[in-house]
Amino acid sequence: MIVIGFIGFAIKQSFGDPIREITGVSVSVEERNKLREELGLNDPFLVQFSRFIKGAMHGDIGRSFFYKKSALKVILSKAPATLELVFCSALIIVLFSIPLGIYSAINPRSIFSRIIMGGSTLGVSIPVFLTAILMIYIFSVELHWLPSYGRGETINLGGWRTGLLTLDGLKHLIMPSIALSSIMLPLFIRLIRSEMMEVLQNDYIKYAWAKGLAPRRVFIVHAFKNTLLPVITVGGVQLGTMIAFTILTETVFQWQGMGFMFIEAVERGDAPLMVAYLVVVGLIFVIVNTLVDVIYGLVNPQVRITGRK
Amino acid sequence: MQHLLEVKDLSVEFALRTGALRAVRNVSFTLNKGERLGLVGESGAGKSVTGFSIIKLISQPGYISGGSILFEGKDLAKMSSEGIRNIRGNRISMIFQDPMMTLNPVLTIGTQMTETVLAHMDVSYKEAEKIALEKLKKVYIPSPRKRLAQYPHEFSGGMRQRIVIAISLLTEPSLIIADEPTTALDVTIQAEIMDLLLELCQTDDMGLILITHDLAVVSEVTERIAVMYAGSIVETGLTSEVTMNPAHPYTKGLIAALPQSGGAGDRLTQIPGAMPSLINMPSGCPFHSRCTICTDICKVEVPQLEANKSGTLVACHHADK
Repeated sequence: MIVIGFIGFAIKQSFGDPIREITGVSVSVEERNKLREELGLNDPFLVQFSRFIKGAMHGDIGRSFFYKKSALKVILSKAPATLELVFCSALIIVLFSIPLGIYSAINPRSIFSRIIMGGSTLGVSIPVFLTAILMIYIFSVELHWLPSYGRGETINLGGWRTGLLTLDGLKHLIMPSIALSSIMLPLFIRLIRSEMMEVLQNDYIKYAWAKGLAPRRVFIVHAFKNTLLPVITVGGVQLGTMIAFTILTETVFQWQGMGFMFIEAVERGDAPLMVAYLVVVGLIFVIVNTLVDVIYGLVNPQVRITGRK
Repeated sequence: MQHLLEVKDLSVEFALRTGALRAVRNVSFTLNKGERLGLVGESGAGKSVTGFSIIKLISQPGYISGGSILFEGKDLAKMSSEGIRNIRGNRISMIFQDPMMTLNPVLTIGTQMTETVLAHMDVSYKEAEKIALEKLKKVYIPSPRKRLAQYPHEFSGGMRQRIVIAISLLTEPSLIIADEPTTALDVTIQAEIMDLLLELCQTDDMGLILITHDLAVVSEVTERIAVMYAGSIVETGLTSEVTMNPAHPYTKGLIAALPQSGGAGDRLTQIPGAMPSLINMPSGCPFHSRCTICTDICKVEVPQLEANKSGTLVACHHADK
């Protein structure tokens, strides 16, 4: 987190002159210099950096020039949209990659598995924005089935504006979440398939067969539980990456989330907001990876034991 | 008397890109109830494949290409996968080579034991657990109740193999196939495990097929022996007879190669050359290129198993008839 903070702060430092952004044209040079002194902008780099860190500890990352509000508040108001989007995509990935991956690992030669594998290669190779635009063209422009932009109707749940509870909100969610999962889903199908095929080579699988167990039990209990370990590890890292991927998806669908906000911030030269985005995303990364480690320990008894000692 | 297991002309082939590879060639042997048979031979001789094919567990792309496997009156070779599943782990149990690899690392011993019971017997989970406890006691695992909740990595190699043996006992099978059960263990543990296996077979009157290349173990544990070479049985008979008076030059070579047969400080004897590739088998006797008493007929004609005067079946043109 400290490293992220440092990088974020360095960007802020080298990114234009904040005074120019604040004041506009009609302010004299003396007044500008006075303001600069007041804001501490003439202090050495390290002093400013320690002030930044101190602020960040108290949840103050800086003020957005454009919104004239605390950058953190701006981000937090945008976060629900992004988190809902990532959540839905993750749901799609989990729901589809596990059965498809297991199926294609068990029947590697069947026609259906070959179709899955071919399709997943295609899915990985097509960039997110192309998938998104294609979907908008087909389902919104041609078929008029789904709305092409925005979040639709949202409900305020104690500060968390959610689109999950209204039909309109859900409709708006379908395409963006499919688009966002279009890269990760094939990746996960392939990962689960290859890991599972490797696990199936193990002696304990052969032994499970030798014990006369039903195929369902051999595949799901004996093989899949062992497949999960590497998948969870990769999954955690990828979940973080997905939050970054939202920038593309949100831009195409005009989704009012953090990614879209970040692009706007870049266009407006709103450095504090960009830094705040970096810090928040970094924080999410750290939290997700910690959670992954915890879950990993629950699945893998060997980790659990060493942890206890 | 009906045999417990009667394997007749069993052939196993592996479908390779270059053609079919015959790993097991017309193997026949019988096993009576409670009898112990040793299947010996060097690596690649087809002994493990023979063992696995009895419960139709040959890895892809292998398949049984001919012959029959009569077990308790039923032909396993022609049985459906559903039917064979009722035999596996139930009437015929297997013990694998490496106990580190045979137990699933993410499941408790209790789960791995009870699932076998529940797959074959119509009992409640509680009763299944009781059976598991009882069998763990039988293989001398101390404080078995505590052990049920533990994972395989919390056991030593010898303990794990005991657990595997306990699992194989769960449904009180009439035959155990043990594929090199002691190869992966320390020498001191090896004897312990073999003694345990022998004791259990004797008390429960279970049949045992012991697949190994350790002639010393075979002579201690088994009553009959079958020596395999390049996919075929070359000599079979009473263990005591075959180990004391081997008739086939290959068996003679194997016994001479044992370290204890030479004096201290002598060089170890070995059989010259290597086993022929199963894809590219020579004509005549498969052993002729390494045989010291090879003559012209050996290069042309495949010898058949024939009984010699002591009752041992030998496949050699030059064995004493």
